[in-house]
Amino acid sequence: MAGSVRDAIVDLTEARPEASARRRARSARRSAGLRTPAWVGWLFVAPALLVYLVFVLRPLVATFEYSLYRWNGIGPSTWVGLDNYREVFTDPELLKTITNAFELIVFFSVIPVLLGLAIASVIRRIATSRLALVGRTVLFLPQVIPLVAAGIAWSWMLADDGFVNQVLRWVGLDGAARAWLGDFSTALPAVGAIGAWVLLGLVTLLLLSGMSKIDPVLYEAARMDGAGPLREFFHVTLPSLRQEIGVCVTVTVIAALASFDIVYVSTQGGPGNATMVPGLEIYYQAFSERRIGVASALAVVLMVLVLAFVLPIQWLTRRGER
Amino acid sequence: MLGRVRTRWRPAMLTIAALAGSVAVVACGGPGSSSSETSSSTQSSTTASAQAPTCGTEPVTLRAYFETGFPLAGALAEEFSKQFPNVEWDIREDQFAVLTQNAPRVLADDPPDLMRLPQVSELVKDGLLKNLDGYAKAFGWDQWPASQLSQMRLGEGGRPRGEGSLYAMGLNFSMTGIFYNKELAEKIGMTEPPQTLAELDELLAKAKAAGIVPIQQFNGGATGGLAFPLQNLMAAYGPPGPINDWIFQKPGATIDTPTNLKAAEHLAEWIEKGYFVKDANAIDYAKMMSRFIDGEGLLIFDGDWESGTLDKQMPGKAGFFLMPPAEEGGARAAMSAPLTYGIAERAENADCAAFFLNWVATDETARRITVEVGGSHPMGPADAYMPPVKEGSVTAATLAAGATIAEDNGAMDFIANATGSIYAKGWTPNLQKMVAGEQTPKGLLETVQRQYESELED
Repeated sequence: MAGSVRDAIVDLTEARPEASARRRARSARRSAGLRTPAWVGWLFVAPALLVYLVFVLRPLVATFEYSLYRWNGIGPSTWVGLDNYREVFTDPELLKTITNAFELIVFFSVIPVLLGLAIASVIRRIATSRLALVGRTVLFLPQVIPLVAAGIAWSWMLADDGFVNQVLRWVGLDGAARAWLGDFSTALPAVGAIGAWVLLGLVTLLLLSGMSKIDPVLYEAARMDGAGPLREFFHVTLPSLRQEIGVCVTVTVIAALASFDIVYVSTQGGPGNATMVPGLEIYYQAFSERRIGVASALAVVLMVLVLAFVLPIQWLTRRGER
Repeated sequence: MLGRVRTRWRPAMLTIAALAGSVAVVACGGPGSSSSETSSSTQSSTTASAQAPTCGTEPVTLRAYFETGFPLAGALAEEFSKQFPNVEWDIREDQFAVLTQNAPRVLADDPPDLMRLPQVSELVKDGLLKNLDGYAKAFGWDQWPASQLSQMRLGEGGRPRGEGSLYAMGLNFSMTGIFYNKELAEKIGMTEPPQTLAELDELLAKAKAAGIVPIQQFNGGATGGLAFPLQNLMAAYGPPGPINDWIFQKPGATIDTPTNLKAAEHLAEWIEKGYFVKDANAIDYAKMMSRFIDGEGLLIFDGDWESGTLDKQMPGKAGFFLMPPAEEGGARAAMSAPLTYGIAERAENADCAAFFLNWVATDETARRITVEVGGSHPMGPADAYMPPVKEGSVTAATLAAGATIAEDNGAMDFIANATGSIYAKGWTPNLQKMVAGEQTPKGLLETVQRQYESELED
């Protein structure tokens, strides 16, 4: 953030009219000993920076600090060094939350992006028809519905007597019907499916907007060269969407690793920790178990993990641009 | 390009410098209150004067923090203001889970006069609750049956529970057991409640054979509702004393005993035979209640806080019995716990709050409200006024059961209350695993005992 603010200052100076007038004014001021000092710029940034410091950096530092103590949030604390981190990496229960989060990447990221690409190219092809509008709207709807409401609706649909099982029983697949969110083997995929449903619309819309700015001339040229729809997709659409795909993957991977709301509403981490994810575990550790130190350590690990995933993705997708 | 990199580099360095600087600053002292402050508040808890306090005649606003969904506290507060018009209420409500998470912070930063409390050991350890010994003496609470208050007594520093100073009070005390659907029971030929565990097994088998869900029990999400039948089975196989010792964190107590193993094995048998609703791991408490009220299921293991609701929602169709003992004529036991309320250590109107708690237990109208709205037995002296209840109602049945438990000295606290997170980290995940066939009875008790010990070490 600080970086972009600084860029903005640079842009402002460059956008100033009449460089010569500026120079003149400046020299006049310099002669009077009144040169605008560099800190004036900081003055403009100050309000935003202050908010950033208080609400982003301070909690970040505090989290790191807490992670080095054993503390229940109220009473006195004890310095334990890196013990909390050791626990995060050795307690199988805490480690499992991280592997669960990795598994969710498949549902939150891989499936929506692949499916989103397919759907977006279909919608692009029928862009002028009314069907495309309907498709876009329906797909984006999950983004508009509050997640809590969506989570509750899904937990009803996935219940033993819910819609999904009704359909299965109706087509004769009685054996497959089960309480999806209450079954150890299906709970995590079921939660993942809810996430895929939520994120598919966002991904599709992002990809569609990316496609709309691809120069149609490229398609025309490809077609003249005898490319079919598949070749068009792989040689024109996909390379042009590198940045959009980068954004989609980044956003969805973060959603998977830092997931909380969908899991909290649908399973609360159950049955028997089958769907426990780091976000939820941090919350339970901090507010139910009152182990602020372990919760903070897990939070720091989660942050590093997210960065470890997102930075390479950013680097890969930005490389072409530079 | 290089320039761009540079413009980004400097703020990044600044950020890192700022972060490092702040770490250096905060590393000097750990977070949390300084130890002197905490210890002093635990030791010198202002014990109230021996004079029975009142709310006086000056206008008072009592700040209260109640539990959403349970109208009893609100109803009592309203009646209290009617009788003592100088008292006004400023009530905040939250769900129990939220209350549990907020309790320490609220009691420390924004102390209410009266608050619905979760497990109190930790709160006492942190010196957040007022020691009520002075009030108990002034109001004569120490003359009541000792079992009513024992769960809210704590030793120095919060351990063990069951003895020591009084740190909370109940608005009533609840009783758990088995509710049954009278219509379904009649269908399978149940004329009177089972008298032994074997008879209960037989009843469950009959229901299963008739295509009726024998037990509708919640066990999904973050809830381990099978802890209810498990503890009942524990008390059917063995005496409640050792279970209470474990809950109260007496030194050397263990949950992994031979009789408890028998109980867990019995529970596993019920699971195996399909006596529990098959999606137990996917249903929560509310879902269980709505299904039972809709007539889906013969039994639920639950508490008398639902008596009033059941009397209203399925009048005449619901019944209640206590868990039968293993041997005919054996002593009965049940989970029974006060609906715990406490006064913050730094409460502004502690005297008035204590006066209210005493009023709830002793005033006739208050006791009537407690039974009618809360469905549970009021606190107070053994010979205190009891309001009349409708013959044949669930409320009448649960109140009568309370008398049986008192006679048999069979009251237990709930195994989920043993430590702060024994329910969330011990019972719930392992009972869910047991339903899914991924945990053995022995494994359940061992894992929970390990969790218990590691928490006590902390």
